[in-house]
Amino acid sequence: MRVFHFTEQPYSPAWKDHNGTLRITIPNKRQDPALAADLYHRYYDEWQLADEIGFDIMVNEHHSTATCMAATVIVTLSILARITKKARLLVLGYPLAHRPDPVRAAEELATIDVVSRGRLNMGFVKGVPSEFAPSNANPVAVEERFWESLDLILKAMTSHDGPFNWESENFHYRQVNIWPRPFQQPHPPVWSTTGSKHNAQRLGERGYTMATLGTGYNTRPLYDAYRESYRAKFHREPPPDRFAYLGLMAVGTTEAEARRRGELVADYLRTLPLTPAAFRNPPGYASVQDNVRMIQSAGRPPIRSLTKDGRAINMMTGSVQDLIDAGIMFCGTPDQVYDQITDFASSCGGMGNLLSMSHAGFMSHDDTVENLSLFAKEVLPRLKEYRQPNEAAAAAE
Amino acid sequence: MNLADGQSTIEVNGVALEMEVRGSGKPVLFLHPEIGLDRAGPALDLLAQHARVIAPLAPAYGKPEVPGSFNTIDDIAYLYLDLLDALDLREVSVVGLGIGGWIAAAIAVKNAQRLKRLVLVDAFGVKHGDRETRDIFDMYFVTDADLQKVLYVDEQLVARDVGKLPEDELYAIARAREATARYGWRPYMHDPKLKGRLHRIKIPTLVLWGEEDRIVAPDYGRAYAAAIPSARFATVARAGHFPHVEQPQEFARQVLAFIEGKEA
Repeated sequence: MRVFHFTEQPYSPAWKDHNGTLRITIPNKRQDPALAADLYHRYYDEWQLADEIGFDIMVNEHHSTATCMAATVIVTLSILARITKKARLLVLGYPLAHRPDPVRAAEELATIDVVSRGRLNMGFVKGVPSEFAPSNANPVAVEERFWESLDLILKAMTSHDGPFNWESENFHYRQVNIWPRPFQQPHPPVWSTTGSKHNAQRLGERGYTMATLGTGYNTRPLYDAYRESYRAKFHREPPPDRFAYLGLMAVGTTEAEARRRGELVADYLRTLPLTPAAFRNPPGYASVQDNVRMIQSAGRPPIRSLTKDGRAINMMTGSVQDLIDAGIMFCGTPDQVYDQITDFASSCGGMGNLLSMSHAGFMSHDDTVENLSLFAKEVLPRLKEYRQPNEAAAAAE
Repeated sequence: MNLADGQSTIEVNGVALEMEVRGSGKPVLFLHPEIGLDRAGPALDLLAQHARVIAPLAPAYGKPEVPGSFNTIDDIAYLYLDLLDALDLREVSVVGLGIGGWIAAAIAVKNAQRLKRLVLVDAFGVKHGDRETRDIFDMYFVTDADLQKVLYVDEQLVARDVGKLPEDELYAIARAREATARYGWRPYMHDPKLKGRLHRIKIPTLVLWGEEDRIVAPDYGRAYAAAIPSARFATVARAGHFPHVEQPQEFARQVLAFIEGKEA
């Protein structure tokens, strides 16, 4: 199993006195550029440490928010491509809905792949609902534009004989010929996220790596939907490395220390509701049927996650114990965390990539370093040796 | 091609167009606003007492299938011009509300040969202010409850619990919200080219506005009328963005008086 260190690079000083909003409407006068610079440097130092001690790295971007300072993940990747040595660099995700120019995206990502000497994993997402406000992209038909954009990026990365033409309803180019071309052949691995079986099937047909977040012990049905369509297309089991799961991470030498860190990391989930209601449901993003349900329930129904024994919890308000029970957070001593992770992976029928949110909210640099170091020393070596439930599939890869 | 009374679907240039047809007399092409076609409300019947009302449901507002690459107001305007040809309608009065008013203006600047009169009611379609002035209220980044307060003057309409409406009405609301964004998301509810073409409208035009419209203010309507040489501006009192909902009698009276040529 590979483990990716992830932080959203929060600007946590603005989390105090937030008046119910950390996103879209929060004025940027709430940010002190000097403090922001310190935080950026700190987060890059922590990623560098993660690289040195055996982690891979995950990054993302969000817009108009104090929860994530990466407004364009290309900047983050560009820096990491040069200052890290071994880690895979996973972007999850690069929001294609908010990028009107897929050829530019192909150029940026290919450049990062070359500078990093082939360490890029390209995770593509549509973009979260509220960020159609800052980007002003049309949320209607976003699905169709997402897949076409991805097709164009991959064609640009795999065409090596001079310019080609791409003129469609959505995108207009007559001379596509990107330099540099990607380091990895035929192109860097493609990842995406899902919360629906329909989308899981679509990713399975293409053999892309599929990640889920917050799905807890509801994850298995999504993985199985992927497996079914993968088998139908490729006539074999998908290897475990096609599955990824984002979990919050808090380890400690004692359980009490781990719980203290768990409370800090849980702030990531507890700040999720701090998006003004007006921005949560742009038209066309959710289906007409889901919109009818939302009107009937006067807003979005709370997201429910299931614990291992089938108890529903709300991950935005649940206790650390709830989050542990639901596989949303892995928290405890190294032995406990190892058991929680492998138990979860086996419940999913195999999972090859753990996306580990090892820092969030107000967690200090010292706590983050300790969280990473203890995990790297006591848990990571054992996870690298971990035998997936379906070893035959792993061996066949 | 002939039109049956009531609800029907006819094919125009390969597009299945849902229609509501009522009344008899001179033809009125009624173009519904961004909330869709209200078949049960009084406005259609009031107009149908004195005219043959032909009310198509714009693509994407009804059945989920959307023809080909339909995503601009011009796509709808050309479809309706094809409809007028297919039905061989003459001396048609076009009455467009909100986004339907934008479609009506887009039709009239293209080809008014089959048109007699034009009524634009609280219509979108143009931008008057400078780049840092938002002329048109942002209907998408607001909660449903807050939007009701901006849309309506009538307190009962504002306080209405939309969630309690029958499910088929909720489906129509949800489809209409998405369909309007399909056509009007960016540029937001206007076509930057339209204003410069409004001078082409030579037929008598009434620009009718809810006196308390807070989505597009009456001054927006006055500027709209000023850009059309043959237009005059009038208001409906005690009405917000949808005078046909809040003051249906007065709405119908002014519209009918104008299209029958009876107004002062």
